[in-house]
Amino acid sequence: MADQATFEAQAMEFMPSLYTAALRMTRNPADAEDLVQETYLKAYRGFGGFEQGTNLKAWLYRILTNTFINSYRSKKRRPEESDIEDVEDLYLYRRLGGLEGATAGQSAEEQVLEHFTESEIKEALDSLPEQFRIAVLLGDVEGFSYKEIAEILDIPIGTVMSRLHRGRRALQKRLYEFGRQRGLVAEPQG
Amino acid sequence: MAEDKGDCIEAAHLLYHYLDGELTTERRILIRQHLDDCPPCGQAFDFEAELRVVISQKCRESVPDQLRQRVLDTLRQAEGIQE
Repeated sequence: MADQATFEAQAMEFMPSLYTAALRMTRNPADAEDLVQETYLKAYRGFGGFEQGTNLKAWLYRILTNTFINSYRSKKRRPEESDIEDVEDLYLYRRLGGLEGATAGQSAEEQVLEHFTESEIKEALDSLPEQFRIAVLLGDVEGFSYKEIAEILDIPIGTVMSRLHRGRRALQKRLYEFGRQRGLVAEPQG
Repeated sequence: MAEDKGDCIEAAHLLYHYLDGELTTERRILIRQHLDDCPPCGQAFDFEAELRVVISQKCRESVPDQLRQRVLDTLRQAEGIQE
């Protein structure tokens, strides 16, 4: 059996990112805490099967994701959940295009990004259907490679790329809507 | 000028792969070259890169103290059961 001190020494440091992911997956702090606790317990019990020297963070994420999918995700799946409105590449950037007032090192468009609050970014991510939300979370928040995401979710790399791509564009559309509501970006002309 | 429309379309197409670090070295160099030569594409890429940073930074959560303790308690209890 795994030595508890060894496991703790290696695995505890990943708790902030696991909790961040758990909260975005469950969208509920109490469930997120339960999910993290269950993930650590399962990981500890299975730690003998973890190959030292391979990616422990990805291994923990795989347990987290599987536990979420099997136990926590809503029983009432929304129908056609995988359908999201598809928008073009560079959706947000193109709608901010031509802003004036760049300062040193940053364009005016980049400065708009600084005005988005943490809750807006989180809410935008939370608004994505689950499979896109998880892909964007793993790719953009946690920085896993396509191959790692494919292994964590047990899906082909092509599917990873497609979910990331569509999820990112949908996220940009949501951020654009927040920006409009807050007057950070102009209403479309005409 | 290197603002060839075909190059711009190619660059936009590979935008996310580039940012994700998932291109071969050869393609990476070609795209980088285009971004340096073509300000509109370069600015769009900078924006997407910055957006990525903002999303990642503004999504971080801090772990509640009681959760850390709960997990440690659970692990110690589990070890007790195994011995």
